[in-house]
Amino acid sequence: MKRFFGILIILFILAVLPKVLGTYYVTLATQMLISAIFAISLDLLIGYLDLPSLGHAAFFGVAAYTIGILFKNGVNHFWLNFPLGIAVAVAVAALFGLLVLRTRGAYFFMITVALAEVLWGIAFSWRFMTGGDDGIPGISRPSLGFIPFSLGGATNYYYLVLFFFLVSFLFIYIIVHSPFGHVIVGIRENELRMRALGYNTWPYKYICFILSGLFAGVAGGLSVYFKGFVSPSDLAVTLSAEGLLMVLLGGAGTLFGPVIGAGCIIFLEHFISAYTERWLLLLGIIYIVVVMFAPQGILGLIRSRIAKAG
Amino acid sequence: MTYWVVQIVNGLSFGMVLFMISSGLSLIFGLMRIINLAHGCFYVWGVYVSLVILRATNNFLLSIMLGSLAIGILGVMLQRFFLYRFQHSESSQVLLTLGFTFALSDLALWIWGGQHRAIPKPPIIGWSLAVGSMSFPFYRLIVIVVGVLVAIGLWVFQERTKVGALVRAGVDDSEMARGLGINVPLLFTGIFGLGAFLSAFGGIAGGLLTGIYPGAEWEILLLAMAVLILGGLGSLKGALVGSLFVALVDNFGRILFPEFALFTVFVPVAIILAFRPTGFFGKS
Repeated sequence: MKRFFGILIILFILAVLPKVLGTYYVTLATQMLISAIFAISLDLLIGYLDLPSLGHAAFFGVAAYTIGILFKNGVNHFWLNFPLGIAVAVAVAALFGLLVLRTRGAYFFMITVALAEVLWGIAFSWRFMTGGDDGIPGISRPSLGFIPFSLGGATNYYYLVLFFFLVSFLFIYIIVHSPFGHVIVGIRENELRMRALGYNTWPYKYICFILSGLFAGVAGGLSVYFKGFVSPSDLAVTLSAEGLLMVLLGGAGTLFGPVIGAGCIIFLEHFISAYTERWLLLLGIIYIVVVMFAPQGILGLIRSRIAKAG
Repeated sequence: MTYWVVQIVNGLSFGMVLFMISSGLSLIFGLMRIINLAHGCFYVWGVYVSLVILRATNNFLLSIMLGSLAIGILGVMLQRFFLYRFQHSESSQVLLTLGFTFALSDLALWIWGGQHRAIPKPPIIGWSLAVGSMSFPFYRLIVIVVGVLVAIGLWVFQERTKVGALVRAGVDDSEMARGLGINVPLLFTGIFGLGAFLSAFGGIAGGLLTGIYPGAEWEILLLAMAVLILGGLGSLKGALVGSLFVALVDNFGRILFPEFALFTVFVPVAIILAFRPTGFFGKS
């Protein structure tokens, strides 16, 4: 009951946010939600399969690039571009999954970097298609077709992102609490035992990997219409690293953790970069401090404090 | 023909630079099971610090040695005061080394600015060796020779010295090594420092060849990872073979398909990976 009211309050706050805050903060909140979707999708790998990936930007980026390239060639229908972007992210995840799920731990870590780097290389060099280093600028937000809702202003776009955030969150929540999710957690804890129990573990891991790519694609698609351009930085290792930091900062293996992590990092980025150019330095120091004093992530810290107090 | 021989020399010299980075990364992983993401930072910081010392002392050899040593000490401190406390938490180590990467890169950008920097070649090595119609920059040959010496030195260290035997014992079974009274924590710190030293040393060699620039720390780290994926983690032989392979592919890739820089390296890596997930010399 307490939890139910908590969720209602959060939903209420998210819904009325644009009525209370100015455009700057609405934009900030939009970016937080997009990053939160990205972080949750990565948490499916890190928290639920215990496979630390440093190449998650691959799925984010291919969705963004698909939409951007379609736009460049004169196609800009929301209900065509957006699903196609996600479909390409899913296809890439299905292909990468075949390669990377043969490995674990450090190899998985490095191989995901390597594969994402291949895509980054393509985006950077294939000027004719991707615009190379400059990317594809000026991507305008299309109409929603049959739905009379303009995506033009910051507030309206916030609501679109909020909608996709809630749908994604709910969907992933249902997945991880379903029998499928329990098998996934079982594989994380002890894959050999799950096999001994008669589970064919590979398809579970593979589907989880593809789902992770799918939601990263959702985030990428929302991001490209949010920023209005796509560039190789949407595929870069720094974006993957940022996602990893969001998950670990918030607390891997929980769904609220990555959301909190994403919110904190986006907020810090904006807050610090408003005052100093040295935000990367400060951010690095903050990560170090967090690891030293809250190694289980922010959510873990809060939980252990509550446990101590109670 | 002449052109290709010169290009092979270029590839080999860069391969030796890559070996100095990846051998340290591989040793650290073999012993501590850490992918040290700050390794690329050691590479660029080695160059920056050496340049400062070079300006102050005007002594080339001294600046190389002091610069590498300083980064080695930095590595020791990073391991001793930070990483050491999180030996069994992979994600904490990743987060820590990432934090240091961001902080150190930005600090370097702040102090030394965003320009391309190269180590000036002293006149002794700044000439070219002419063989028939071919001309080899002497410093490239020096880098190859130094790289071979480092490889031999590491091999002798690992296979023929007592400390090397302790390291091997730690790689094979850290718990058992501890049980036998080996001071494993000291070993960890020492090898981490050695890895940082080697990376900085390689950075200086790389600083002679191509120079450094903001973002070079990620580029070199990614190449070193490609090396380790190919060669296998924790294997010196793998690091050497992988380095030469990656450097040659990279060099010829840049000549044949100039637009596809990193791409040409990672496609063969991805293909090889599909068949040998633990690399050529790696243990699963």
